[in-house]
Amino acid sequence: MRCEEVALLIPSTLDDDGPVALPVQSHVESCLRCQAELARYRRMLRGLQLLRTQFLEPAPGLLGLTLAAIGDASEQHAIRSLLNKRRLAYAGAIGGAVAAAGAAAAVVAVHRSRRRAATALAT
Amino acid sequence: MQNNESGERDHLQGLVEAARDGSRPAFDELVRRTYVDTYTLAMRLTGNEEDARDVVQDAYLRAWKGLKRFRGDAQFTTWMYRITANASYTHVQKRKRLRTANLEDVEEPVDPRLEARPEAMAESVAGLAELTEAVDRLPQTLRQMVILKDVYGLPHEAIAEELGISVAAAKVRLHRGRKKLRDLLDELDERSAHAV
Repeated sequence: MRCEEVALLIPSTLDDDGPVALPVQSHVESCLRCQAELARYRRMLRGLQLLRTQFLEPAPGLLGLTLAAIGDASEQHAIRSLLNKRRLAYAGAIGGAVAAAGAAAAVVAVHRSRRRAATALAT
Repeated sequence: MQNNESGERDHLQGLVEAARDGSRPAFDELVRRTYVDTYTLAMRLTGNEEDARDVVQDAYLRAWKGLKRFRGDAQFTTWMYRITANASYTHVQKRKRLRTANLEDVEEPVDPRLEARPEAMAESVAGLAELTEAVDRLPQTLRQMVILKDVYGLPHEAIAEELGISVAAAKVRLHRGRKKLRDLLDELDERSAHAV
């Protein structure tokens, strides 16, 4: 393998989750230039991990704004869920009334048809 | 030090459980304890303060709404990183649709004060400043990957899920990002050497 080819593969050899291809490994072991390149990448990765410990200070007010936004969202959610419950209750009541009316209409219809049948038998 | 960390983790876990049971004060306390960390990640991902503020608010709103889905098998902070990554991705996509010019590709002027050699990069504050500068110059898609994987240590699978890409694509982007970052560091080093 040539150094240029290895250089292209080095960024993918830095992950812990996969074995390094044997040709790459054996080239790096015998090539000072590629060893230096790998060392540069490793330093870069150490630097990147150090960035994790550096915090950026947000402008004042961000915390207050964030908490207020959550408060608003919670209120809206509470209102929506209350309205949904009421809607459900209204829908239930209307559904119940319709069912009762239907049942009453059915009883009346049966009653009338029986009366008609009795009249027909009598005549 | 380790005891402090595990104590803080336990405390956060207690707050998460209380918040999951509907306690707003517990969730507010979680926000207070983690928002600087979340803001730092949002700043690194978006590259500007205004967007980072929006992303932080959006991320905590999503967390509050989705807290019941948080299984607790990861740390709360790791879960917040994932939400922040996703919120940031959504925000940047929206912003891209609004802007006509792709500002990510515009070259920024180099800061001639950078003096650190790449060899001393990880060990010095100036080195970190140079590294931060180089990371900021990465194109958006590569920067997201490098930050989420190499700075915050999220697994490829989690990053791929939050950014809506395949794991293979995430790996390719990461390797491209590392290569580009390495080139940018060389470039910065050369320019600072010329400036001396």
